[in-house]
Amino acid sequence: MRRMTYRQAVTEAIAAEMRRDDSVVFFGEDVAKPGGVFKVTPGIYEEFGPVRVRDTPISEQAIIGTALGAAITGLRPIAELMFADFIPVAMDQIVNQVAKYRFMSGGQFTVPLTIRASQGGGGGFGTQHSQCAESWLMNFPGLKLAVPATPADMYGLLRAAIRDDDPVIVLEHKSLYNLVGDVDLEAAPGELGKAEIVRPGQDLTLVATQQMLHRALEAAESLAEDGISPEVIDLRTLVPLDGETILRSVQGTSRLLIVEEAPRLGGWGANVAALVADEGLFHLDAPIKRVNMENALIAYSPALEDEIIPNARKIEEAVRQLLSET
Amino acid sequence: MALEAGDRLDKESRMRALLAMVKIRLAEEEIQNLFMANLVRGTTHLAIGQEACSAGVALALCEGDSVTCTYRGHGHALALGMSLRALMAEMMGKESGACRGRGGSMHMTDKSIGLLGANAIVGAQLPIAMGAALTAQVKGTGAIAVTFFGDGAANIGLFHESLNMASVWKLPVLFICENNLYGEYSPIRETTPIDDIADRAGAYAMPGVIVDGQDVEAVQAATAAAAARARNGEGPALLELKTYRYGGHSRSDTGPYRKPGELAHWQERDPIDMLAARMYSDGELDQEEFLEIKDALAQEVFAAVEWAKAEPFPPPQSLADYVYASD
Repeated sequence: MRRMTYRQAVTEAIAAEMRRDDSVVFFGEDVAKPGGVFKVTPGIYEEFGPVRVRDTPISEQAIIGTALGAAITGLRPIAELMFADFIPVAMDQIVNQVAKYRFMSGGQFTVPLTIRASQGGGGGFGTQHSQCAESWLMNFPGLKLAVPATPADMYGLLRAAIRDDDPVIVLEHKSLYNLVGDVDLEAAPGELGKAEIVRPGQDLTLVATQQMLHRALEAAESLAEDGISPEVIDLRTLVPLDGETILRSVQGTSRLLIVEEAPRLGGWGANVAALVADEGLFHLDAPIKRVNMENALIAYSPALEDEIIPNARKIEEAVRQLLSET
Repeated sequence: MALEAGDRLDKESRMRALLAMVKIRLAEEEIQNLFMANLVRGTTHLAIGQEACSAGVALALCEGDSVTCTYRGHGHALALGMSLRALMAEMMGKESGACRGRGGSMHMTDKSIGLLGANAIVGAQLPIAMGAALTAQVKGTGAIAVTFFGDGAANIGLFHESLNMASVWKLPVLFICENNLYGEYSPIRETTPIDDIADRAGAYAMPGVIVDGQDVEAVQAATAAAAARARNGEGPALLELKTYRYGGHSRSDTGPYRKPGELAHWQERDPIDMLAARMYSDGELDQEEFLEIKDALAQEVFAAVEWAKAEPFPPPQSLADYVYASD
């Protein structure tokens, strides 16, 4: 067991898989010699050399397309897109090529490709460098989507993604890079599609990911002082989605609050709500509620950025409101 | 580029090229008939007139090389060795098609012959070939990758990204532009400010070669030279094959935007007739033999079509197969 940051967990996961498997290669903008703009990949280039670890031009489409071609011919590439806000620049390659390549070929290929990008608000990066990308990517069968919230899950899920025979997009939340936690470097890789009950409780189910998970836990701590006991679930991966864990929890708590760092319209939380409405409606004693960014955008000014991204106070208020309705 | 005497192919290679080109032409003509008979859905893009491009490039490749190509890709698939049965069954959406009916006309793919896929998004196939070249480079296999694209694709942003990155990384990849003078319905002179796409190679520090795309021997020679260079670690090249499609862009397009006489002008330099004439004059073929070859290939095409017609569609309950590796 080692104490390390979420950032170091990324480095350790990449290094561990590159040591284990010669077919793993890694490239992206400023990832090799500079070690990443968020200093997430220092030492990888030095350890594995210029053939397997490469800096690319600022060419997001070419990065993803090249990674795809390498993945279907025998390599296991990790491609970095730096900011998740740049995913739309490479959207054709991701959604028309990567996601569909196996299907369109009638199963002739597997696509063992990992795409990494940093996402999320709270750092003052402004409107085009602060978004969460997961909801954009959920309407494309063929992709998997992981959103680790802790150093241990980052280490486990990133290694699982690299070993997976399908394309997996791993989104790293920028505000969590300095988060410290215990990581078992000898542990088996994580399991894609497995949520975790991070804090058991009886009064309602709080579903969240990444930065919102930590804020939900903060809210739960404060609510506990008043004898309110939320059950907090970290989804960990959105595709596949662990509906079973959500439904089982709602069966016990009868109430559901979903916390998303995303605009409300088309957010992933709507899918969780629909799932529970479809398959767990009769467990519920109250309407399903969502806390999110409404339909607004992230501004540069800290006064506005802090206001739009859900925080522990807003989550707590939503919990109290939900409990008061029944 | 003038063809040197030393670039002439031997009789056996010429015969292979001739067979490939005739097979492509006859298959494309039959595919058009299948559309008219409503046995093929959606749209299709025929390569009639451009046969020397795919046949010439295929002759210069080795086992282990990889190819990505365009939605005008039936010719590439056949030139590389896809079976007529797999092609025709795929055209009709049958389970025994090259892609088990999931791909169709625009997505001909056959891993066993190195065809990594035809692509229906203009130019999206360029970096996919670069990925195959990267695999060859990392593993040191000596293989190369080839990507076919049209003149229209030379104006997308990814063309620039791809040639630039391939050159920086010295990837063993050949960018092969089949310039058939039209990007969909628009003449190249109205969308592109230069006459020769090959001129763009200089911006990426790679050779740019203009090739007579109607002359299969010239295409083979230019490709072989660029391939040797790429295999030797000297990086990518851009080849521009000047060619012409006899039909419209797709099945609903009759090509009314073409100048009068343009088609007839190009048909005077028909790639199949040009090679056959050369073989006649070199005593490698006579007219009777050529008729027999055409007849035999036509029978092969018809037989493949009849076979494919009788093949089953994929079972409806298999609709979610092949989305993920576990499916």
